[in-house]
Amino acid sequence: MTEEIIIAGFGGQGVLSMGKILAYSGVMQDKEVSWMPSYGPEMRGGTANVSVIISDERISSPIINQFDTAIILNQQSLDKFEASVKPGGLLIFDPNGITHEPTRKDINIYKIAATAKAQELGISKVFNMVVLGGFLKLKPIVDKQYIHEGLEHSLPQRHWNLIPQNEEAIEIGKNLIEPVQVL
Amino acid sequence: MARELQLMKGNEAIARAMIASGCDGYFGYPITPQSEVMETLMAEKPWETTGMVVLQAESEVASINMVYGGAATGKKVATSSSSPGISLMQEGLTYLAGAEIPCLIVNVMRGGPGLGTIQPSQSDYFQSVKGGGHGDYQLYTLAPASVQEMYDFVFDAWDIAFKYRNPVLILSDGAIGQCMEKLYTRDNVARWSEEERRANAPWGTWGKPAGRGHNIITSLELDSARQEVFNHKLQAKYAEMKEKEVRFEALNCEDADYIIVAYGSSSRIAMKAMQMAREKGIKVGLFRLITLFPFPTKQLAEVAKRVKGILCVEMSAGQMIEDVRLATQCGVKTEHFGRFGGIIPTPGEVLEALENKIIK
Amino acid sequence: MNKDIEARKQELLNDGYEEVYTRTKVLTDAVMHYCPGCGHGTTHRLVAEVIDEMGIQDQVVGVSPVGCSVLAYNYFDVDFQEAAHGRAPAVATAIKRLNPDTFVFTYQGDGDLAAIGTAETIHAANRGENITMIFVNNGIYGMTGGQMAPTTLVGMRSATTPYGRRVDLNGYPLRMTELLSTLPGTYYVTRQSVQNPAAVRKAKAAIRKAFENQKQKKGLSFVEILSNCNSGWKMTPVAANKWMEDNMMPNYPIGDIKVDGKICEGIDANRLVLDHALTVMQ
Repeated sequence: MTEEIIIAGFGGQGVLSMGKILAYSGVMQDKEVSWMPSYGPEMRGGTANVSVIISDERISSPIINQFDTAIILNQQSLDKFEASVKPGGLLIFDPNGITHEPTRKDINIYKIAATAKAQELGISKVFNMVVLGGFLKLKPIVDKQYIHEGLEHSLPQRHWNLIPQNEEAIEIGKNLIEPVQVL
Repeated sequence: MARELQLMKGNEAIARAMIASGCDGYFGYPITPQSEVMETLMAEKPWETTGMVVLQAESEVASINMVYGGAATGKKVATSSSSPGISLMQEGLTYLAGAEIPCLIVNVMRGGPGLGTIQPSQSDYFQSVKGGGHGDYQLYTLAPASVQEMYDFVFDAWDIAFKYRNPVLILSDGAIGQCMEKLYTRDNVARWSEEERRANAPWGTWGKPAGRGHNIITSLELDSARQEVFNHKLQAKYAEMKEKEVRFEALNCEDADYIIVAYGSSSRIAMKAMQMAREKGIKVGLFRLITLFPFPTKQLAEVAKRVKGILCVEMSAGQMIEDVRLATQCGVKTEHFGRFGGIIPTPGEVLEALENKIIK
Repeated sequence: MNKDIEARKQELLNDGYEEVYTRTKVLTDAVMHYCPGCGHGTTHRLVAEVIDEMGIQDQVVGVSPVGCSVLAYNYFDVDFQEAAHGRAPAVATAIKRLNPDTFVFTYQGDGDLAAIGTAETIHAANRGENITMIFVNNGIYGMTGGQMAPTTLVGMRSATTPYGRRVDLNGYPLRMTELLSTLPGTYYVTRQSVQNPAAVRKAKAAIRKAFENQKQKKGLSFVEILSNCNSGWKMTPVAANKWMEDNMMPNYPIGDIKVDGKICEGIDANRLVLDHALTVMQ
């Protein structure tokens, strides 16, 4: 198994930390992982993206331009990465702020209204975990128990009290995600 | 040994390896994409645990001269920077080499020339292994290709540096520096005791005990005849490194019709391109340089005898290729492929270049 | 000690001479390359005597500059490092930080400390590094053949100001010592000279104080030694000392500027910051 993922959105949406939690969970499950961010001016308030690879084998390049899954959280990122999804791959997007939806016919497309749901429930801080939950529903590449360990390793100990809230958000995401186009 | 598994950025791995390998001091100056090295050190506060000194200097010029001062007392001292900062350090590096001071320098390369970009690049090959500063000197140059190697090479660097009394350069780039991967950490190696320092660096300047002459650290010699003798001694040292300290990794080279030569993050991309080529039935091998100086000349020449062509992949306009051609005496078709200025080539582009430039 | 010298000394003692003055053991036997009459020889000796008298020869690490005193490591019988041009304060910073029990001093000229090494000087001072800095100011680049230094006086001729230093072209003489005294990191800042016995005694007391401060971990002590450069100035040593008193001293007044971390009485803000109405040489 090798899963190559791009997560992209605005800085501040928790893009990098979502990738980190996913990657750390992979580590805990004894997978090979890599986490490669965009960095620099982009990450200081503009768009942010991170490539995460989780695999059963030694990872060759952490830098990739074709993805099994794209998790898209704003219009710019959709414009930039829609074409990078491998044929037959998966695109997940949050419809918040999306003015023109994905048009590819050769990929699976799902949407998850995580921004709206998180605002409704007052859990905006763990919005990114709602999105992660949606992804894991479709591709359960790491087990629940390892997500817990991944959260422990990714969050400073003073925030461990927030882990249950993060885990609840993942469950919410699993129920929230809905198909747009399934091949 | 307690091998602890962590997920970590390459830059953070460098910092943690410094602490864990008994480094005595780090002097640095912020520059993207390597600032996490000093940030990690400052957050870890090793002065409270191992006693390691960490200081933010006023410039890279000051940093490298602090390395000179501290390392010349026989202690393990390091700095890190990225390309423009390393350019500023070149004077210090030639002084360090000329005064034979063991130390560690880390370059997390970015695109140039000039202020350039902050994205990954490998355009400092010439600067690293063909001088950089003035005079006939060499830095032992290691090119890590993973976060694990960023960590492990710091430990290796001290061994080489003190064995040869020579500065060691870890030549990395923004991709490996910023990437997070799995890392097995090691148990801390204690910083040298006073006795160990004196035994390992009898030439060091820590205050002249009664009964020994004063130790002098200098790279100045007014007598040209003596300077030539000294230069021969340096050259002998470099020759010994070429003989004994070459490191490389040959993957699938035994049956290869073509090989890709690369180092650092390019070698990771090349590895993927190799896999893609093999899936298509093209027998491609990867010859990964681990030491850039000393260059694995003999070993590469041996592999090159058996292949039809070599593609050099480097995020530059083509620097390493000169040493590849020298190694093979231009005996086999050899071409360069690279993106530069901060653009990272894709595995697909590498495979395409191999097919178009070498196989066609 | 050199065998010939030792033999000659023995001869003289046998002839009934009495030894009243001898070289400190902290200086080596190496014959200094400095020009006769230059202030470096005396300043070296004073630093060496202080080290000897404090009994710290085995704890000292010196840092020499690029300039006339580049070879200072050959003359002091203590561990020594030769720094790149201007970088001695950075080098000394690391030596001291990694070896806090050593006594670390830099020995630099005006070109090294106040031109190419200005940043390192100011930042070492501003960090309050617990080191001693000896700054020999003779208003010229001696070793390279008498070019203009940052401290060259207005109107003063040099190889690169053959018609005299002009403010409109070259700016003002830089008074590094006054400048450093304004930084909270400096604990002791003084300007001394070595052109006569009285001055030598005061200079030695200042150098002693600078090393004692280091012993007590007080922060940075900075001792400027105003010196002649008779070769560069193209004068006899005696004339050069007279010229120094007449021309250098009005621009670079002798005496303590900051003691125990406080600006001395009588040193007003004009002296430190505003008074650049420098004596223009005729």
